[in-house]
Amino acid sequence: MSDVIASPQSSPQSTADAQDKYAVASQAQLTWWAFKRHRLAMVGLVVIVLFYLITLFAEFVAPANPTKQNRRAVFHPPQMVHVFDRSDEGLSIRPYVYEMKRQRDPETLAISYVPSGDKIYLSFFGKGEAYKLWGLIPMERHLISTVNPRDKFFLFGADRLGRDMFSRVMYGTRISMSIGLVGVAISLVLGVTLGGISGYYGGRVDNAIQRLIEFILSLPTIPVWLALAAALPPDWPIYKQYFVITLIISLVGWTELGRVVRGRFLAMKNDDFVIAARLDGASEKRIIFRHMLPSLSSHIIASVTLAVPLMILAETGLSFLGLGLQPPAISWGVLLKEAQNILSISQAPWLFIPGAFVVVAVLAFNFLGDGMRDAADPYEH
Amino acid sequence: MIWTYIFKRVLWMIPFLFAVSLVAFLLIQAPPGDYLTTYVAKLAETNEALDQAALDNLRQRFGLDQPLYVQYFKWVGNLLTGDFGMSFEWRQPVSDLVWGRMGLTVTLSLATLLFTWAVAFPIGVYSAVRKYSIGDYIATTIGFIGLATPNFLLALILMYVGVVHFGADVGGLFSSEYKNAPWSWGKFFDLCQHLWLPIIVLGTGSTASLIRVMRANLLDELHRPYVETARAKGLSEFWVIMKYPVRVALNPFVSTIGWVLPNLVSGAVVTAIVLSLPTAGPLMLQALLSQDMYLAGAFVLLLSSLTVIGMLISDILLVLLDPRVRYE
Repeated sequence: MSDVIASPQSSPQSTADAQDKYAVASQAQLTWWAFKRHRLAMVGLVVIVLFYLITLFAEFVAPANPTKQNRRAVFHPPQMVHVFDRSDEGLSIRPYVYEMKRQRDPETLAISYVPSGDKIYLSFFGKGEAYKLWGLIPMERHLISTVNPRDKFFLFGADRLGRDMFSRVMYGTRISMSIGLVGVAISLVLGVTLGGISGYYGGRVDNAIQRLIEFILSLPTIPVWLALAAALPPDWPIYKQYFVITLIISLVGWTELGRVVRGRFLAMKNDDFVIAARLDGASEKRIIFRHMLPSLSSHIIASVTLAVPLMILAETGLSFLGLGLQPPAISWGVLLKEAQNILSISQAPWLFIPGAFVVVAVLAFNFLGDGMRDAADPYEH
Repeated sequence: MIWTYIFKRVLWMIPFLFAVSLVAFLLIQAPPGDYLTTYVAKLAETNEALDQAALDNLRQRFGLDQPLYVQYFKWVGNLLTGDFGMSFEWRQPVSDLVWGRMGLTVTLSLATLLFTWAVAFPIGVYSAVRKYSIGDYIATTIGFIGLATPNFLLALILMYVGVVHFGADVGGLFSSEYKNAPWSWGKFFDLCQHLWLPIIVLGTGSTASLIRVMRANLLDELHRPYVETARAKGLSEFWVIMKYPVRVALNPFVSTIGWVLPNLVSGAVVTAIVLSLPTAGPLMLQALLSQDMYLAGAFVLLLSSLTVIGMLISDILLVLLDPRVRYE
């Protein structure tokens, strides 16, 4: 509304309006305004929303079954998607890829793929392989599929067993991104509880918890993780592995959160509003949960966001070494394990693609977290 | 004064190291079964079998039949005399296997630490003084990417570039002719030629975060009145910055050695496995997987002690550098 009124001569009026707007805005609104100014953080937010959409709808986004092997497509290179189709009928917008023909060198017997010149047309929301969304809803439409269901296409190439890398990366996104969330949820509970106790009660309890945190921080994380992960029996079902790996990662991850919460509790303990609540006879529980935690929430959200990428990196590293999730499970780290062999990556550099996803996800979370940290205290600016 | 502080600080390390040894022992005991179960399983794969009597005999010889706490105190007691026990798998005293590799790990970590400081300090100062310049943006971008790229991925990419574009295998720390040779100048130079790659791989992450730390600290200090005073007195711009705000901003920078060292030691494990470096990492992983518990325990313990020592050094440096930090 104010945009319509704001003409050059009424500009003092509109700044006053803007100030009024700030004066009556809620905390959430102020935070959102401060956050919007941080452009990289907005980019990070968009990327993360996209990644979590993939996490939710991995079966739909992936064109193929990620575990289906295909001997005729071993190390099939990635295919470029062309959008403008120049045919006899003129130029039209119809996405397609060029078909690749498998060839065997008669002397060296090495296999190579050469474009045959035939086009494979792609369509959005077309029918493809049948699947069950979330293991429940039977569906057969995919985000992208070939018009002729017998054709195959490989956006990110294929691995050494001819499995479609694009589909694998999409399923990997599901596990890697959700491990970050679950791990952070566990560290959040640990961090807020122990950090809160430490900051609120102080004294000997505080001392003990602080020493514990220092001790955990001083342990070199990777050797400890390795040792813990080596204790897992490799024949466990995937969901059990998944849960224990997240637990292992968050056992170390909660310390940072614990410190943040403790620092804030210590600083806030003698603030006027807390004392007022106490003098009013509010119970301890009410003081903590109704008065102190809400004013911490934005800081907690920011530190949580910054903790997610650490979890993702940890899982990737463990699985890469073969100590995290084990092969029928698919995560970015499991996928990167395929790239461990210098022979396979020199033959198929597209095996690095999951690594690019890791980097993008971690960057996005860092930008988002930085933006949130700046926005967490909108009164500062 | 300073000596009593150091003395107290060293005393404080004793319970700490005790806790570390307990954790290390529990960690290596955590896997179900013991070395002999893995050993029997391995024999079964090649269709060999060990009869129960021989098994009991071995178990007794390794002391695996005793309760846990007895095993622990035996282990710690031997540690105090410098005896790390026997490696089951290698049939050798652990100390013979461990020290050479720990030496290389320490060399690598220290070299990386020096590299990190040498790179992060000037770049951090530059991006604070020339805030929002092109150089600052480049440094920030590279820094962010450095933070987001896992060490092993960087190692893999560099190895890929080395093999595909230069046709050279860049893994390892020594050329083949020096691998088993005794130490000599030739071997030393050979080591220096191979060391740069793991240093870059390991150093990028911590360099990136140190640049950010330095930049943020210096930005806080640059507009303080004491800087203006120094400038008003006619000190050259270079010395204004170097003599006052940089010295103050250096504090948190120094205290980071406490966490950079554990990070480096940790990161070195994975990187060493990828680049097949003869450091502690690969052998420790192998020992963990085959439940060679004394070997694995020695590594976990020694690597943890390294980080404890790193924290000690950073605390002492902090006291020396900053008169405001008190000795209590």
